Amino acid sequence: MSTLTETAAPVATAQGPSLLAVRGVKTYYGNIIALKGVDLDVRQGEIVTMIGANGAGKSTLMMTIFGSPRAREGSISFDGRDITQMPTHEIARLRIAQSPEGRRVFPRMTVYENLQMGASINNFAHFEQDLERMFALFPRLKERISQRGGTLSGGEQQMLAIARALMARPRLLLLDEPSLGLAPLIVRQIFDAIRMLNREEGLTVFLVEQNAYHALKLAHRGYVMVNGVITMQGTGRELLADPQVRAAYLEGGHH
Amino acid sequence: MTIAAQTSLPAARAAESQIPKAAREAGFAALVMLGLSFPILALRTEQNMSNELILTSRWSWALIACIAVFIARFVQILFRSALAKTLTVFGSLVLLGGLARAAGAAFDTFAASVFAIGVALVALGLVWERRAATTPPSTRTAAERFAWFAPAKPYVAPFALGLLAAYPLLALAAVGQGGSIKWIDNFGIQILIYIMLGWGLNIVVGLAGLLDLGYVAFYAVGAYAYALISTQVIPATFPGLGVWAFWICLPISGLLAALWGILLGFPVLRLRGDYLAIVTLAFGEIIRLVLINWVDFSNGYAGISSIPRPSFFGVPFNASDEGFAALFGLEFSPIYRTIFLYYVILCLALLTAFVTVRLRRLPVGRAWEALREDEIACRSLGINTTNTKLTAFALGAMFGGFAGCFFAARQGFISPESFTFLESAQVLAIVVLGGTGSLLGVVIASIALVGGFEILRELDFLKQVFGESFDPTQYRTLLFGLSMVLIMLWKPRGLVSTREPTAFLKESKAVSSSLVKEGHG
Repeated sequence: MSTLTETAAPVATAQGPSLLAVRGVKTYYGNIIALKGVDLDVRQGEIVTMIGANGAGKSTLMMTIFGSPRAREGSISFDGRDITQMPTHEIARLRIAQSPEGRRVFPRMTVYENLQMGASINNFAHFEQDLERMFALFPRLKERISQRGGTLSGGEQQMLAIARALMARPRLLLLDEPSLGLAPLIVRQIFDAIRMLNREEGLTVFLVEQNAYHALKLAHRGYVMVNGVITMQGTGRELLADPQVRAAYLEGGHH
Repeated sequence: MTIAAQTSLPAARAAESQIPKAAREAGFAALVMLGLSFPILALRTEQNMSNELILTSRWSWALIACIAVFIARFVQILFRSALAKTLTVFGSLVLLGGLARAAGAAFDTFAASVFAIGVALVALGLVWERRAATTPPSTRTAAERFAWFAPAKPYVAPFALGLLAAYPLLALAAVGQGGSIKWIDNFGIQILIYIMLGWGLNIVVGLAGLLDLGYVAFYAVGAYAYALISTQVIPATFPGLGVWAFWICLPISGLLAALWGILLGFPVLRLRGDYLAIVTLAFGEIIRLVLINWVDFSNGYAGISSIPRPSFFGVPFNASDEGFAALFGLEFSPIYRTIFLYYVILCLALLTAFVTVRLRRLPVGRAWEALREDEIACRSLGINTTNTKLTAFALGAMFGGFAGCFFAARQGFISPESFTFLESAQVLAIVVLGGTGSLLGVVIASIALVGGFEILRELDFLKQVFGESFDPTQYRTLLFGLSMVLIMLWKPRGLVSTREPTAFLKESKAVSSSLVKEGHG
């Protein structure tokens, strides 16, 4: 019954140097440790996913990559550059874009203005062109262009959050639970769009998901996080077939 | 007739069955009022000639209050149309006023005419309610109901600007030279100062979403900058520039205020909402307390007097041969300076509005609004939130400084008394009541609040109703609070709650922002 019939071709997994390299990262909220030493690589052209239960530290990792909260130990580097201590907005200017947890579109600004905010990072260098690309990717946004962000449905807001991130022409796209609270049909549209961007434009994607089945089907490689530690890693297909993963994240689950 | 009667029957019956319930509820409300009014209105202690406190009673006041509450509650439950409710309740109050006058002073023609007006208003309210009850509720949307207004919309702004520009001349034509000073100064200039302060604060609160309770601090910085430089620095160092003092100090005041805005901005960068409000409140108080206590610098409570008044670009407004009147061959009159001041503050206010409108379309303005909506999303889009906040604080403060400079020049005397927290609260109330972010809302709220208070001074005829000791201006704060409560109940997002988008693909489609929830983060 799967809504996603194809699996991303594992051959696409490039064996080059890491675009994003996370090494031994520990993050604390006050005295409470949230990430207990995470190692992770995302290579150019890959879709990498991280699955895990609520509170496993997935979103914390996403936020730590973006510098808030900051990693107390370990290092994060992007394209060979250490970004561990960089302010968030400067990390974003290295063209790492994020569709954050909870979407966070600007509710009282229109869809058009939201997209403008995404493009402000590169001074509207290719604004018109990118706008057309976004309309092609998510035709719904074109219909809603002068509507306010807060009046969109959940799925449309997610599309807007991704499109806003893509307006920056990112080299790495971070997606935090894009399927959260969305109808299966919308989830499929969004995952299809991500796959297409990866295939046709070589976009590198790091995706954090609870929806393990869809995420592992989409991704070239995956990591499993439990309580702030990465417990397993492998290709999407390997993890999907793994009995432990099946028992913990897939049985009676989302597919 | 028959059809109308039939359709009206169910509604009328429904209303009739409501009467006992409404009477019960209204009776209860009146009892509560009696309990409240007993210690406040009915009993009163007064000092007699030999300094003894004696207890006097004013049972008629308590009775009137209870009757008024009874009517208001009764009508509120029973009536459907808001206009009919307002008319009936207001009419009843007027009617009661007429009765009170007749009972207290004399049944003269004044009491009779007040009474008659009250009866007429109540009758009008009843007729309107009858009409409203027999017509089915309208299904038209607000847009449809105001469709007749749409063609006039493009002309509203030019018309309003024209009216503002012509206002002093209209006042002059209407009440002559002697009478118009009050109207231009107390109404025109006073309201425009608050509009300018409102527009300046709007940049910080309305656009950037940073709740600032200490805005008056920048107003004070601007005012003291002008007062100190023009009375001490300029006469001592450049005595020849005395007539130009205002024009030299205006930009300096703005820059100094902007500097203080940045100084305040740095420590509060990480604060939001309540915490930011408390720190800014404290900042406002610190500035005021420093001005009070650093006597060597600011002359403390005594304030600074004989501050030079603005000149007409180097030509002073005085009776001398080089004065404005002589230069233009006019007879000397203080009115010219008042009119000139009016145009100065009008230009300053319009400058504020112009800058705000332009900046909203530029990346920095969009970043302010995005910051108000969601700070975390902003940062992840590569916006430097530190700089964005500081520019908002600095710009808002700068316009506050300009307004302060103007205020000092207009008054000729300033003291820390003019820069209390109440002043900040009033400007903030103007921004919030007007609808945060809306320039037009600020104008409406300023006219209603500031103009409304000035109007209270004109209501002397009420003394004829309530007795000689009645002073309408004493009710200033009460009305201020009441208007805030009512507007927040009726329009929780302020008078003008739609946010105009700054960019369109094709055309704008307004969706009221009242449908949209606030940003988080």
